[in-house]
Amino acid sequence: MFGDYSISDLGAILAMQGFAGLILFSVYVLMALGLAIIFGQMGVINMAHGEFMILGAYVTWMTSNAVQHVAPSLFPGYFFIAMILAFIAAGALGMLVEWALIRHLYKRPLDTLLATWGLSLILQQAYRSIFGAREVGVELPEWMMGSWQATDAIQIPINGMFVMALTILITIVVFYILFWSSWGKQVRAVVQNRVMAGAVGINTEKVDRYTFGLGCGIAGIAGSAFTMIGSTGPTAGQLYIVDTFLVVVFGGAASLFGTIASAFSISQTQSTLEFFLSGSMAKVITLLTIVGILMVRPQGLFALKVRK
Amino acid sequence: MVINSRFFNRSELLGFLALAVLLLLILPLSLDIFRLNLVAKYLTYAFVGIGLVLCWGYGGILSLGQGVFFGLGGYCMAMYLKLEASSVANTKIQSTPGIPDFMDWNQLTSVPLFWKPFHSFPVTLLAILLVPAFFALIIGAAMFKRRVGGVYFAIITQAIAAILTILIVGQQGYTGGINGITDLRTLHGWDIRTDHAKFILYFVEVVLLFGCIVAAQFIRLTKLGRILVAMREQEDRVRFSGYSVANFKIFAFCAAAVFAAIGGAMFTLEVGFMSPSFVGIVPSIEMVIYTAVGGRMSIFGAVWGALLVNFAKTSLSESFPQLWLFGLGALFIAVVLAFPNGLSGIWADHIQPRIDRLLSSRKSKSAAGMIADGAPAE
Repeated sequence: MFGDYSISDLGAILAMQGFAGLILFSVYVLMALGLAIIFGQMGVINMAHGEFMILGAYVTWMTSNAVQHVAPSLFPGYFFIAMILAFIAAGALGMLVEWALIRHLYKRPLDTLLATWGLSLILQQAYRSIFGAREVGVELPEWMMGSWQATDAIQIPINGMFVMALTILITIVVFYILFWSSWGKQVRAVVQNRVMAGAVGINTEKVDRYTFGLGCGIAGIAGSAFTMIGSTGPTAGQLYIVDTFLVVVFGGAASLFGTIASAFSISQTQSTLEFFLSGSMAKVITLLTIVGILMVRPQGLFALKVRK
Repeated sequence: MVINSRFFNRSELLGFLALAVLLLLILPLSLDIFRLNLVAKYLTYAFVGIGLVLCWGYGGILSLGQGVFFGLGGYCMAMYLKLEASSVANTKIQSTPGIPDFMDWNQLTSVPLFWKPFHSFPVTLLAILLVPAFFALIIGAAMFKRRVGGVYFAIITQAIAAILTILIVGQQGYTGGINGITDLRTLHGWDIRTDHAKFILYFVEVVLLFGCIVAAQFIRLTKLGRILVAMREQEDRVRFSGYSVANFKIFAFCAAAVFAAIGGAMFTLEVGFMSPSFVGIVPSIEMVIYTAVGGRMSIFGAVWGALLVNFAKTSLSESFPQLWLFGLGALFIAVVLAFPNGLSGIWADHIQPRIDRLLSSRKSKSAAGMIADGAPAE
């Protein structure tokens, strides 16, 4: 499979596929960060996570349309407004869902999976009724189009670089919130020992609600980023949900660092294989490898050592 | 808890008889062949549901990959039927006559090796049972021996369903791709497309279904079934008592896989094709939905769940295609939140006691009447 390419071609291919993998990595990380917070920290399996992402994507699409019609001069910067709105919309819906649904199911993790699957069906149909079954795409502002010519053979699209920068920024913010802010300390305390955390005066119900909201909000931002590189349809979220769960489980459920590492390795494997094999075979081999590794090492790459 | 030594207790016997009357008498007499064929299609999911009751309700192992086994059973049957349908005489317009049409379209010139055994009917029947069981054995052994359970097992089985779908869709030449294996005609020389054949197939299926119900009931009532329940409630204690928890889980998972595969094979016969859209994540979760709605702890509940949810799906999506997903989603949330034991739970908690009370009050009245009647004669 390498025979037809010269060494320098191969280098360029690897670099560009590597970069394409990095864009996939960005979407995975943004999706998986939210999921890792919800699943790893709270033990809730949110099958509707993809639909929260798509909500963010639709919010971005609506914002771009609104800005174009109302204030075209702001259009180059609309993305930042859209991102904030997407975070708020997805986060608010997340908190509502936590209040109405999830909080009744904390003791039955498998049932959260079934209930959120029902929720995802409802949301999908809602998107289809409101926005139509056709996929929509946003128009990119001028400065995000085009690509940067790194060498003669290597081209890197600017929107991809932007999405990556955004991912890094959001990851840093999430780490800051969870590991340095006092609210993050409360979240981690609740995760480690719910009863004791409640005994020392932490309002565990409130912490749960905001944690779930934060996870869904990040999914909303992931949706915003997703519009930069793909088009949005009512069922687009479902395509990513299994991959994202595998990313989280593969990384070790309670470890955010593991999530990032596994998102990186999975996306790179997939996009590099995609060039040499067909897309579907690349995906099959990647997924099979993950499932194989998980069978040998069920706790994932980076497992926290805790006594249960 | 008193261990009932009888195979079916009174209410189970009633449930069995009610189902038998409905499926063997009422439905065949009242429905035309098109609707009866639809019922037959719904019932194929009841096989999956029975398996899920054993492995999820009793064993506590939630598999989100039952579509894999349904599909394997269905594809095994479809491969046999397809080979029979693509005889040299039927396919003489192809560039290579005698091979399935989709292989010809994909420039294959001979039947691949793994298709060869499916020329023989007995081998096919064996494969329908053994291939899924073998798959389940590998998956189960790899996971349960390492004590992977609960949520992780659910996610990994879901990933396996995704992998198999992508593989089937991607390998068009070998599997028929996204369209699946279509244009199936005869089973061992017997045309399965006629109304008469569909009528007979329906009864074959119902008999098989009752066979599976009895088998599941048998598993449930033996010591093995009780160990499954014990495992679900307190896995460690069962392990400390010296039982190999993993082996019991593997057995339950394999049994569920075989039930699902029988359903899949019947599906191919009833519907006349098999495609990856019955294998993947969405159908697998829908199968869990049917079971949850019917009642994850009740074998009969699973059959009713498969029948009712699918009936609702057909009638709602015929008249209100927009509403169907809302309804299904809401139903699912409601079942999980309010009625974790589904329809059979509602029946057992609310309807059964009333019937009992009605019956017992009538009995005590008539008993009182007899005494009253008897008194003056003395």
